[in-house]
Parts: sequence; C-alpha cells; structure tokens
Amino acid sequence: MVSVRSIANTPSSLTPNDLPWIIEHREDRCTLCGKCAAVCPVGTLKLAYMRKRMPHLVLSATERGSSYKTFVGIRQSTEVSKRCIGCGTCAMVCPNEAIHPVPNNDRDRFRFVNSQQGEPAKRGGRRNVPGASLLDRIIFDRISMLTDPALDAGRHEFSCNTLLGRVLPPEEYVRRNLAGEWIPPVREIFPFVIGSMSFGALSPNMWLGLLQGVAYCNEVLGIPVVMATGEGGCPPWVLRSPFLKYIILQIASGYFGWDEIIRAIPEMQCDPAAIEIKYGQGAKPGDGGLLMWFKVSKLIARLRGVPEGVDLPSPPVHQTLYSIEESVMKMIQTMSMAWNFRVPVYPKISGSTSAKSVLNNLVRNPYAGALMIDGIDGGTGAAYNISMDATGHPIAANVRECYLDLCAQGKQNEIPIFAAGGVGKNGNVTQNGMALIMLGASGVHMGKFIMQSAAGCLGNESNRCNVCNIGLCPKGITSQNPKLYRRLDPDQVAQRVVETFMSIRTEMKKIMAPLGRSQSLPIGMSDALGIDDKDVAERLNIRYVC
Amino acid sequence: MCRLAMKTASKPFSPFSVLQAMEAMQEGYDGSGLGLLLRGLEFTEYKYNAGDPILSGIAHSEAALARLNKIMTETGFELKYDHEFDVKRQMIEAKDRFKYILRVYKQSATWSSLSAEEVENKLMLTRLALRADGEAHGNDLTAFSLWPDVAMIKEVGWPLGVGEAMGLDSGRITSRICMAQGRQNTNYGINLYACHPFFIQGVATMTNGENTAFIPIKDWLSGRGFPGYIGYQSDSEVFAHILHYVTKQLKLPLSTYKHVITPLKNEELAVHPQGDFLRGLRDACRRLIIDGPNAVIGTLPDETSMLVMDAKKMRPATVGGKPGEWAIASEMCGVDAMIPDRDRSKDFQPMREHTVIIPPDRQELQIWSQFDQLPIHQAA
Repeated sequence: MVSVRSIANTPSSLTPNDLPWIIEHREDRCTLCGKCAAVCPVGTLKLAYMRKRMPHLVLSATERGSSYKTFVGIRQSTEVSKRCIGCGTCAMVCPNEAIHPVPNNDRDRFRFVNSQQGEPAKRGGRRNVPGASLLDRIIFDRISMLTDPALDAGRHEFSCNTLLGRVLPPEEYVRRNLAGEWIPPVREIFPFVIGSMSFGALSPNMWLGLLQGVAYCNEVLGIPVVMATGEGGCPPWVLRSPFLKYIILQIASGYFGWDEIIRAIPEMQCDPAAIEIKYGQGAKPGDGGLLMWFKVSKLIARLRGVPEGVDLPSPPVHQTLYSIEESVMKMIQTMSMAWNFRVPVYPKISGSTSAKSVLNNLVRNPYAGALMIDGIDGGTGAAYNISMDATGHPIAANVRECYLDLCAQGKQNEIPIFAAGGVGKNGNVTQNGMALIMLGASGVHMGKFIMQSAAGCLGNESNRCNVCNIGLCPKGITSQNPKLYRRLDPDQVAQRVVETFMSIRTEMKKIMAPLGRSQSLPIGMSDALGIDDKDVAERLNIRYVC
Repeated sequence: MCRLAMKTASKPFSPFSVLQAMEAMQEGYDGSGLGLLLRGLEFTEYKYNAGDPILSGIAHSEAALARLNKIMTETGFELKYDHEFDVKRQMIEAKDRFKYILRVYKQSATWSSLSAEEVENKLMLTRLALRADGEAHGNDLTAFSLWPDVAMIKEVGWPLGVGEAMGLDSGRITSRICMAQGRQNTNYGINLYACHPFFIQGVATMTNGENTAFIPIKDWLSGRGFPGYIGYQSDSEVFAHILHYVTKQLKLPLSTYKHVITPLKNEELAVHPQGDFLRGLRDACRRLIIDGPNAVIGTLPDETSMLVMDAKKMRPATVGGKPGEWAIASEMCGVDAMIPDRDRSKDFQPMREHTVIIPPDRQELQIWSQFDQLPIHQAA
C-alpha cells in the first residue's frame, strides 16, 4: 500500500463515479476531433495526453520488462465547479457517437460537497422531482357519450378562451352600463399563457422567437396567446409596436425596465395585455430576482437603465410593501391609472397557505384584475436549491381552496385565478392545464414547458442541464452571449411556438368534446375529474377512481 | 331521453289531452315519471280567484299533513279550497302518498301592505319552509309550488297511467297552459324534486338533454345568497333558475335569456348593434353559459311561453298551432296530437339563435333572433 500523500485526497475530492452524470466515452470510435471539449458549457471535458504501461514478458536480463505508450483521450473533470451537467451537447456534436453522458444511478456524493466557498448549491430550471406529477394523475372521467350525443372535436366549434381582468357581478354590470360608469377592462385570451421569463434571463433570439410565434398565433390562427415579460422591461421597439397587446408587462421589486416603459407610454400604439405585479415566485418564494453580471449585456443595460456588467439583484419585497392592503392600494391603482384604467392589473404570488388571505383582499379591491398563483414546481432562471426543492406550496390544492373560497362568496367569476408551477413538466401540458382549469383556475402559465417545446431546452427533472443561472445555456435560450444565442434561430422558435399552441388547442378540444363541453371553458367543472388517490381526492374535493 | 309537451290556449283545456300527446311520443323514452305544471286554472267545483296562491305538493303521511297545516296557518294562510283528486291508489307505484296537495289559500291580510316583490319573496320562503320541514322529517312532505294560478303534479310512473290514477281525465281541472314532462331523472336516482318542470317564483322550465356545465352553473347560482337557488337534484333545474335570475334579478327582457345561456361568438357580436353590451353581459354571466344538448321550454307568470335551443341545436323541438292555441313538443307527432287542425306548413323549429315567444294573447308566435336588436334602454 502506498502512502496517503501520494494520491489526491481532499475532503472534496471526487471520482467520476461520485458525480451526478458520468461521461461514457468510446475511445475506439473517437476521432479526437475535439468538438465535444470545445462545446462543453462547463468545461468538464478535456483532451488529455495519457501514458500507459505495456507489460510484456522478457527473458533477457538486459531488456526492460515493460514499455510505455502515450495516447490522447477524453477525460471528465471531477472538480466540483466543472462537473458534467448531463446536457448532452457533446453527444449532439460528436460525429461518431463516441460520447454521451449517463445519469449516475447510484446516489452521487457530489451533492455533499456542492457548497464550495460556503456558497450553497444553486441552479436554474426546475424542482427535479421525476415521475408522474399529481396533475399528471388527474383524469377526466365524466364522459357524456352514453347519455347524450358527444361532441366532435374535429367538426364542432369550441370556445376555448378565458378572461383576464376584473369581471363585474351581472347586476352591477347592468347598472353601470345604464349609468355609463367605468367598467373594468377584460381581455379574452387563450388559457395557456407563456409565463414570465425576463428579457435578461432569455436570450434576444429566444425572446424574439416567442414574440413572433405569439403574433402569428393571434393574427393568423386566431389563437389569442399572450406572453409575460418577467421583470426587466421590454425592448423599446416592442413597446412602440402593435405587438404590445400580446404582452403582459411585469413589474417586480427591482422595478427594472420601468423607466423605459413609462417613458414609452405616450408613444404606445396599443395597450399591453395586462400588468403583472410580481410579489413572489413559486420556485423561490421570498427571494428577489438576480440577474448575474455576465448576463447584463449592452442591450440589457439599456433596457434596465443600469451600467453594463453589474449584478442586478431585486429585493425580496417591494419597497412599498408594508402590507398587502397598502400594496394593493398603491401598486394596483397606480398601474391601473398609468393606462387610464384600460389595462387589467393583477398580482402574482408564490403558492402559499396564505394565498387565500391575499385573494380575499383582492376581492374587495375593485381594481384587482386577477390573482396569479405560482406553485412550488415552478421554474426559475436562478435560485438556491433549498428554495427550489423545499420552499413553497404545490399548486393544485392551493388553486382549489382559493376557488372554493370564491365560490362560497359567489365571486368565482369576478376574480380569475391563474395557476402555474409544473404545468407540462412531463410534457402533458394540456392535460395538466385542463385539470387545473377544472379545479377552478381560469388559465395557466407555463415557462419550462414552452422552453422545452419551442426551443428544445435540455433540462429535465433528473437535473439534466438546469444551468440557466450561469449564462452558458448550450441551446442559447438563457444566455446573453452571442456565440451561444446565435445557435437559436428565432424563426424556428416561432414555428415551434405556433406548432405548440395549435397542438394544445386540438388537445383541449379532445378533452372537452367527450365531456360534452364546447360553449365555454369548463372552469371549475370538478365533476369531470378523478384521481386514483383517496386522500388527494378528498383534499381536492374531486372523485376517487380506481 | 325525455319527451316534452306544452300547450297554451286561450280556452282552458284538460291536462289529459297533453298526456295523450305524450303517449303519441312514447317511442324512445322510459316513461318513468310525470311532471305537470298548469297555469290559468279553472276548477269545476270552485270558482277560483287568480290572485290566490295555490300550494302543490304531496303529504306522505298524516303527520306531515298536520305539520303542513300548522306551517300554513302560522304563516297566516287561510284554506279556501282543497282539491281532492279521485286517486286510484292501486295504479300508483309509490305506496307512501298520504295526500296529494292542491289547495287554494287566501294569503294573510297583513301582506296587503307589502310590495309585490315582498309578497313573492314570502311565498317562496313559505314553500322553502315546507320543503325544509319535509326534508327534516325523512322527506315525508314535498312542496312543488306555492304561487297564484300555478298547480304542479309530480309522480313516478307512466305518464298516461299517472294521469288516469290521479283522475285528470275527469275534466275537474282545466287550464290555459299545461307543461308536461315524461321522465323522472333516472340519470341520478329517483327524487320527486328532480322531475321537470322546475319552478321558482312563477318561472318554470322543462328541458330535455343533459346540461354538462351543470356543476359550475350550480356553484355560481348557489353563491348568489338567494334562498330559492337550492335543490339541484337535476342538472336541468338551473335552466329555471337562470331564467328567474335574468328576468327577475337582472330585470332584463325575456329575449336576453338566450344571450346569457348561449351567447354569440365574438365575430357575431362585432356586428351586433348592441355587441359591446352583450359582450360585457356574456363576460359577467359567463358561469351561466350552458352546454347542451338541450331544448328549454318555459312559461312565465303572465302566461308567456317560450322555447329555446342549445347553441349547437342538438335536441329537436317544434312549435305549431293557430291563433289562440299553440303547442310545443320535443317531437312533431306531439304537436300533431295536441293541435291536429293547424296549418303544419307554419310549424317552426327554432335554430340556435332563436327564442320562440308565445305572448299571453296567443295570437301569433314571436321569433326573436339573437342577431336582432334587443328592446333594452342601456344597450341602445
């Protein structure tokens, strides 16, 4: 046995087997072209010269018994900061299928040392809970085929849209109409909304592709899709374009980008779809946003009115937030007034056991246009693992109890609830969204799904990639580095956005038709839902089926 | 599938003639029950004053009848006429029918100072009190309606058989309007309250077909805090409550009902003279949008009758007749049976945008289209 000092052995020393992803490299196929090492976003791959001993039997006393051979091969770094993230970009560029990452099915030791320099583990992306989600398990079981003729998803007309904005009680609507008084603005939108992802988090090409796709959905296909900006403003040309009506502008605690927005108001050709006031986010409740310095490019700096290349942290709370009452009064009314009460304004909060108290406050505020609740499975550009993994509230029960609370007050049509957090995280976007709608949501927001569907985001719930936070997105979706985002063609993203929404619309009809629903979105149609879990069924007040 | 028949005539007629029309439509329905609603009543043995409220229901036991009498007396009602049906008990399936109630009352003199709306409210609350009392005692008391000039009968069995068993063929009761429906709600289990027509404060509807948007509509109506919006043993009860809500609470004209339950599409509203108003109304009443297939037949306290279809018109219904006499039925043969001597070429089958209204004078059909301008001030 050799002495301890002769081998590398620190508390943080790892072997490839200790990492979450292990590179499988077939040297017999490798041409040593070096593309994989060049493209690896975290630099885990390296071409290395190595030497191996070639023992052979020698009977002569004058010759040495072994010779050495030098060769070039691919090796995986075991440094914590350079561990393989499993993105698979190496496999994408390899001409010979010689390399790909495989998940380490043994529980990796990496997680125990992923706190170098005292900095807790961070990532972008998702919560990393593989397997069927609760929403995936909800089925639509009230089929009206036997009692009445079913609808034909391919032939009949379906009304799939929802409302965003404060809806008056009918008596009050008729009264105000007669009296010529103000009637709050209401938008008719497609119930699947592209959720808030900021112009700093997303690359310019991604953002442009999304907007192009959204515009096509609205103007050519008649699907009134809207998208939300996230914090950080909106490109000046978009603010002054007719496309602004497809955009929900977000204001968050850093107020980034709002200088530019406010200045553009007199020149706007149309009103934005809505204003979203972000108080919280499902993936990291109680945390503000943070745009790292390397994402603050010249364009981002211009939009946000800051110098280039500085960290941009948003505080966890709004400076005006002394209480929700005060916040509602100040922010919702101010924002409403900025567009002369023509634009719906609503808050976005993290899923929480306290969501109902926020909701009840909004019910009593005549200017509040909706409530958006973002559940624990929501995505983010960057957050501490502890926040993403263990902080927040799952969306299903949160939405359900808020909806039933509104029903008890008879106000379920007045304040639409929008739900987010894990919608489509396993690809079943329409099923997940419609389940939430039948639990009581008026619509859903989706972020991760649209990145995966429209731009080919590599992330998955097994912690593949999930490095949106470091600005090195291998697909060019969440990067401000032109070398990376040039990989993403906006036209192709737009095409995929359109394909995605066409497909969602058809799937919605395929769900609604057998339920006998076509005239209106089946919000709160909980009699159509079933799940194979008694406790969940009881909690959600839906049917237990097995 | 339900069969529906409704006849309205200036000259009172026997409800039995409508039951015979039900018989003509018998093919394809299970005849599991009968629901009847009569308006414009005349009794051979009693000169009825149309302003006096009539209580309809069933006392399933002597004790229930005693409690009914107590509640009515305590509320200040004075019994004027108690219609005794000539019941052939052996023909009735159910064995717990102590007495079928059809009684004319005189309402309390203290109510004379109340507004019409307050009186209507008190009548409804009395009916609900009777219903609640029955429910608290193992459903031994069933109260269908308590309203001037409205009588209701609901019973399990084949419609014509029930009519014979109740002696409706004797001609002792006649009316100017008769609504009949021939099926208990077998979708959910037998419950007398689940049988059409449904009634609330003078407004009555009956429907065929399933209302798949039932739960969201029920949830919304239940949240109004209006005491009469209860029950919902049948998914079709909401049609009556929506009609009540639109005409009595929102005080909008009858032709608006269709705009609430099956609103026009955006592109249609864009060219409608009151498109903005109707779009706002659609948003505000979004939870009342029905999802058919349905044909809804309704009558109002002033003896107006109406017929509307769901937006995809997946249920049939025909209206036909002549001045002074009109019939609506789910099958054309039902109209034939009720009014054989009419000009059949003038029969009308409403399309998805139509509301057929037969006004109280019964001289002609009014056919409202949703594309027409509404007679309302605020939207003008």
